[in-house]
Order: sequence, then C-alpha cells, then structure tokens
Amino acid sequence: MDNNVKTKNDVCLHAEKVSKIYPGTKALDDVSFDVLTGKVNVLIGENGAGKSTLMKIIAGIEQPSSGKIFMGDEEVTFKDPKDARKYGIGIIHQELSLFPNLNVFQNIFMAKEKTKGKFSLDNQAHMEAANRILEKLEHPIDVNTLIGDLRVGQQQMIEIARNLIQDDLKILIMDEPTSSLSQQEVDVLFKLMRELTAEGISIVYISHRLEEIMRIGDHVTIFRDGKFVADDDVKNIDIPWIVHQMVGEGKSYPKKERNIDWKKRDSVLQVKELTLPKSGGGYLLDKVSFDLKKGEILGIYGLMGAGRTEVFECIMGLRPEHTGTVILEDKVLNVKNISEQIERGFAIVPEDRQREGMVQTMDIGKNISLSSLKNYLKGIFLDNKKENENVDEQIKDIHIKVADKRLPILSLSGGNQQKVVIGKGMLTNPKILLMDEPSRGIDIGAKTEVFDIIHQYAERGLSIIVVSSELKEIVAIADRVVVLSNGKKTGEFMGDEIKEDSLVLASYHGHHAH
Amino acid sequence: MSQSQTEKKRSKNALIMTLLKGRTLIVLVILIIYFGLASPTFLTAGSLLLIAKHVALYGILGIGMTYVIITGGIDLSVGSIVGLSGIVAGGLINEGLTLNMFGVTIYFSIPTIVLIAMLCGALIGFINGWIITKFNVAPFIATLGMMYMARGFAMLRSKGATFSSITGKPGLGNTGIEFFGRNVGGIPVGAIILLIIALIAGIILKKTPFGWHILAIGGNQKAAKLSGVKVDKAKLLVYMFSGVCAAIVGIITASQLVAAHPASGETWEMNAIAATVLGGTSMSGGVGTIGGTIIGAFVIGVINDGLVMLGVSEFWQMVIKGVVIILAVIIDQFQRNLQAKIALQARES
Repeated sequence: MDNNVKTKNDVCLHAEKVSKIYPGTKALDDVSFDVLTGKVNVLIGENGAGKSTLMKIIAGIEQPSSGKIFMGDEEVTFKDPKDARKYGIGIIHQELSLFPNLNVFQNIFMAKEKTKGKFSLDNQAHMEAANRILEKLEHPIDVNTLIGDLRVGQQQMIEIARNLIQDDLKILIMDEPTSSLSQQEVDVLFKLMRELTAEGISIVYISHRLEEIMRIGDHVTIFRDGKFVADDDVKNIDIPWIVHQMVGEGKSYPKKERNIDWKKRDSVLQVKELTLPKSGGGYLLDKVSFDLKKGEILGIYGLMGAGRTEVFECIMGLRPEHTGTVILEDKVLNVKNISEQIERGFAIVPEDRQREGMVQTMDIGKNISLSSLKNYLKGIFLDNKKENENVDEQIKDIHIKVADKRLPILSLSGGNQQKVVIGKGMLTNPKILLMDEPSRGIDIGAKTEVFDIIHQYAERGLSIIVVSSELKEIVAIADRVVVLSNGKKTGEFMGDEIKEDSLVLASYHGHHAH
Repeated sequence: MSQSQTEKKRSKNALIMTLLKGRTLIVLVILIIYFGLASPTFLTAGSLLLIAKHVALYGILGIGMTYVIITGGIDLSVGSIVGLSGIVAGGLINEGLTLNMFGVTIYFSIPTIVLIAMLCGALIGFINGWIITKFNVAPFIATLGMMYMARGFAMLRSKGATFSSITGKPGLGNTGIEFFGRNVGGIPVGAIILLIIALIAGIILKKTPFGWHILAIGGNQKAAKLSGVKVDKAKLLVYMFSGVCAAIVGIITASQLVAAHPASGETWEMNAIAATVLGGTSMSGGVGTIGGTIIGAFVIGVINDGLVMLGVSEFWQMVIKGVVIILAVIIDQFQRNLQAKIALQARES
C-alpha cells in the first residue's frame, strides 16, 4: 500500500484491519488506516464508502466488529467517546451535536465542567476560557448567547471550540465541517487547521469538496464500498486522479440494455421550474425541470443536500410551499397532499426504511397491504381473502423471502424489508414509482435483486424515478440521469453519456471553494 | 449452538411468550380466586353485579382511551367529559332548554337528551383532535387543558350544584333516564352497553382499513403518512370517539345515581389509562387490543371492589393499584424485548 515513506514516528494512530458489520451490510471491510502526526489527513469516498463509520470507530462512538487500533505501540479500545477523549481524540460531527437550549460556554464545557469545590460550577472560569478560545478562532461571540440563536456557521465554530478546549488534543476528526460555512469562515477554519497541525495535532478531514482537499490536505486516503482503495500525498495527485479512484473500474452492476427510442415515447410526467425556498433564504430547489417517459427509469443523482429528496417531497405533496408545474398525462396537478397524490397514481419508496418506510409494530403482510387497504373491502369490512391473495401475489412477484407473512416485519433482512416497502407501493397500482435510495443499507445480493425488480417493472410499462447517491447504482439502472447540485439541475445524460466521471463532475458543479 | 438446543430455547421462549400474552387474564383469575376465598361475600350475585357496574364505566372509557393510545396519544379529558355530559343531560331533564327570545322552555325526550350528551362528547373530542392535529400541540397538553375546561363548564352549568332526582316528569315526556342504571335480565345495562361498544370497537380495529390505519399511525406515523394514510383525519375521529365513549359513561353514571353531579368522573381518566395499559396497549402506540382493555378494566374493578370487601383501607387500595400498574408495564417491556429477540432469531435462521 505504501510508496511514500512512513515511519512509526509519523503515525499517531493506526487502525489495523478494522471491519464493521451491521445487520445485512458490511460498512467497513478489513480497512487499515494511518493518521499521520501533524498532518491534515483527508478521507474521501462516495456516500456509504465507510468514511464516517471508521471515524466513529476511532472516536469511540461505534465499536468495530473486528480489528485493532493502536496509538504508538499501545493497543487501545474505546468503549465510548469519553474513552477516546482520554487519549486526546476529538470529533466534529457532520450533523451538529450541540444543545440549542444552552448557551455558548455551557455547550463548550458540557461534561467537562470546571467546579469550585466539588459541586459549584465555576462559570467565571468557563466564560474566560470560552472567550479565549473564541478569540483564537477569530470568532468573538458573546458566550452567553443561546446556541439556537447562532447562525449555522457560528455553531460549527462552537463545535470546533468544544474540541479545542481539551488540553491534550492529539487527533481532531472533522466530518464535513465546511458544508455549512461561508467562504470567510472556511478561510478562518483552514488557517486554524494549519495552526493546529503546526502544534503537532493531527487532523482527519472528511469532505466532498475536491478543490478544498487540494488546498488544505496533506495526505489523501480513498475508500470505496467500505474498502481501502488508495492513498497518496496531495502533492503527488490531482482531482481527476481522486475522481478516478473514488469511482473505480472494478465491479459494477450489469447494465440492462434497453433498445427503446425514447423520443417516440409519450411523457407521463412533466415537471417545470420546480422551486422550493429554503427557510432562512436561498433555495432547496431552484427551477428544476425534467420529464419522465412511459416505462422509463429516470435517475436523479447528486451529493447530499443537492435537493434530490426534496424533488420527491414536492411531487408527493409533502411540501405545499413549492412553486412550479407538475403535469401528469397532460393534466396540470394541484399538488396538495400525499393521499391525493397516491390516489392519482404516485407511489413512493422512502429513503429511510426504518423511519419512513415500514411500521415496525405490524406484521409483514399488513406492511405490504397498508397503502391499498381500501381495495380489499367487502362492504365496510376488510375481505381477508382478497387482501391475502393480493399480498401473496406481491410477495411472489417481488421475491420476498418470507416463511410466514404473519411474522413481524423486523424478522426480515434489510433487503427483504426493502422489498416489502416496494411491494406496498406496487399494490396501489401506481403509474409512477418514486424510489429514494432504493438500495441503501442492503447487501450486494439484495441490491442486484432490487435492480432486477426495478427493471422488470419498467419493462411492464411503469415509469420510475430513482434518486441515488450511489454512482454505480444509477449508472446500472437509469435510462436517463438528471444531476442536481445545490438545488439546481447541472446536467442531463442519456444512454452512453451516462458515465460515472461525468456525473461526478456535474454533481460538484457549484461546490467549488468559491 | 446445536440444532436441538436452539429448538429447545425457541420452544421455551414460545411458552414464556404465551404466558406473557395471557398475563392479565391470569392475574384476573388469580384475583377472583383470591378474593373469593378471602371474602365470603365476594362471589355472590350482588357483589358481582356491583363489580360489573363499575367495570362497565372504566371499560367504556378504556375503549376510547385504547384507540387514542394506539395512535400514540392520550386523552386526559374523559373524566371531565363524564361530568359535563351528565350535567348536560341532568340539566335538560330538570330545567329543559330555555329560549329567552321566545320565552319558552323546551323539554326533550330521553333519547334526544342522550343524543345531545353524546354530541357534546363528540364536539369536545373534535376540539381535542383539532388542537392536536392543526396546531401540533402534544396530546397530553391539549387534553389536560380540555380536562380543566370541560370540568369548569360542568360546574358553571349547575353553579357547582347537583341536579338531583333527574327522573323527569310524565307530563313533560322526559322520564326514563334510570334505565341506563338498571339491570336487564339480571345484567346491568351499563355492562350490556360495554359489550356492544367493545364488539363494535374491536371489529373496527381489526376488520376495517380505519382500524389498521390507526394501528399504523401509532406504529410509525411518518411511514403511515407516506403510505397515504390520512393521519390528521384519523386522529380527529379517534379523539371524537373517545369523547363519545366518555359521554356515554356520563349518562350511565347519572342514571345509576339518578342525579347529575358536576364533579362526577374526577380522576376516572386514570382508571381508563390503567385499564388500557393493563390490557397490553403500548403507551408508545401501535399495539393494543380492545379485549385486553376489557380484561384490564375487570382487573381494576376487581381490585377496587375486592379490597373494599376485604376492608382494606382506601389508602392501601391506592398503593396496591399503583404497584399493579407499574408491574404490568414492567412485564410489558419484558415481553417486548423477548419479542424482538424472537424476531431476530427468526431472521438468523
């Protein structure tokens, strides 16, 4: 793995063959990783590549299924973040983990309180230390301000300050710290990072902004599908190399060839200038237009926060504040609420299966029939026979491996749970199926099956939109791909134009370090 | 683990599961046997009738409460609705409805009065549901506020006094409210009403889309919404149903006493919640049965009346009731954990 010289002295933390297995999926697969002392160690990879998982393990938030972590010659195990903090490891999360109901110094010293005597809080010391650290960060903020009243960028600074308060900080992990910062704040942050590394603190830096990485990074490590792919010093590499390594050439899912002249097909759905304002200014979606042909699989690709899921939310009526036109089969729709949209022939397979897709308290069969119960009525009562027939047929159609449909839904594997959610949508006989990250959190085998299902339904004439942040997935299944970046449509690709590199480039459009 | 060991463990788990599921019924049987042995008067027709009368009240309230708790909510206003609907009915019987502008007083027949009282309950339930769904107020708070308001209105209506001897007058055509407190064929009318409501509510819960929709809302509201369930409408109906149940209890109570007291039904919401929880309905929503709640109501009723017959002090009664409720929930939690374990076992194989 090594063509650049690393001696033991350069490495302040070494992860040896770490794996993390979640039910149904392997998030990290035998990964070894070095944190170089006093460097900005950049970690990069697609969503789901395992970056955040590894960082959580190093910070003690998650425990590895197998593998070891060394600091110096000592093997260390972290039961919880407090353990990791004892060894000087701090983490700044992708999602802020502050207490909006408490003020700045309370947040900074949470669980690290200083006391006069044993019990009495020494707020004077808290305030002084907080002021000192904020000055160092060039962000003088009144330390009595409530966190909830601060801008997101300022909150990010508090999150950083919280880690710096630690005297013996050795490693600082930053998971996409710049995603909500202004350019000025990014400059301050980078300056600070330089100061920290000059003091000998090692930084692990996760980011999607490639230009930023070239600017601030010292050493880059690339992950893909939970595996280590490559690493090198920043001075030896360029952006195309990174993209190439992220995307890889290895296995991809078999592409289903479809010889259809899409120009001759009618549009089922037209979306024109879909716009969704963001609370606090700006747009989550900015005049996004696209159409969907009958039997087509349209992919929507973009990074996190690009507006992918919001497109679905608008179409399903979950965002009544949106503007723009939605036309279903030449009829302009007034999109108001979701049950109406389902009656009109839309069905959605949500992004988060556990939180939005299934009802954990219900059995498998009821989870499948939930959306279409009205179709199985005899008088005012449910006709069990009719319901069971439809459910059984769907289970067969979609190959759900189930011993008994009266078992709880949680007894199924992730892949089969996902098929249940898809089956539920299909039982409403939709014209248009919206799938948000349909293969998230399921293993490779199940993924392929889900792709086959999508393909089959499209062949039968169902029009499908698939939102995905997984390149290989979208390349394998989509007939056409729309790329979103920062709420804008930045590319549309058809047939042979659908290449991983071009999708990635379009998705970073507007993500440059201004 | 070897094949046979796994099998053994599984069948042991299944046995524990069956016992856990039937636990409230087992407790009920044990209680009845215990009180039967301890108190010679307990298993007599007279005392059993008395218990049935009390159980009918908690049971009907509990049925409405079960629906509400299944959606993941709570209804603290039912006790006050009992008082208010009784006062509304009692007032209409004794004083009629005076229309000042026409200078007349109208007296309604008993069926009409019962209907008005039920509408009253439905309206309060509607307001509960409306506040909860429209303004996103936590059900606990919304119904807590309504608990005070409804009680206040009841007091205001009768100026804190009791409408006594609400028998009506034959000349006014409003006699007969006592019917709901009587026995028919040896069975209290209240118990018969409980049975009818329980049957209807049980069938709706298990045999209609609406029932499954409210189970889905409590299990995972977001998923239910994305599946096309009309969440707000369902919740509105559920709180209205709970209000109607409470109004019916108000009528029965007034009828049993042949008087309407504005403070009647105070803290009964707690008995309703206790019956529901004892019956295996999960406070976090999504799980619950009407049958369970009825058994739960019987447990509460038997404990109450049984302890009275044994001469246990009222203060100890409270302590014992509290212990029983907390134990029930602890066992419930245990059952849930075991259920999750069994589900995972099924997944591994």
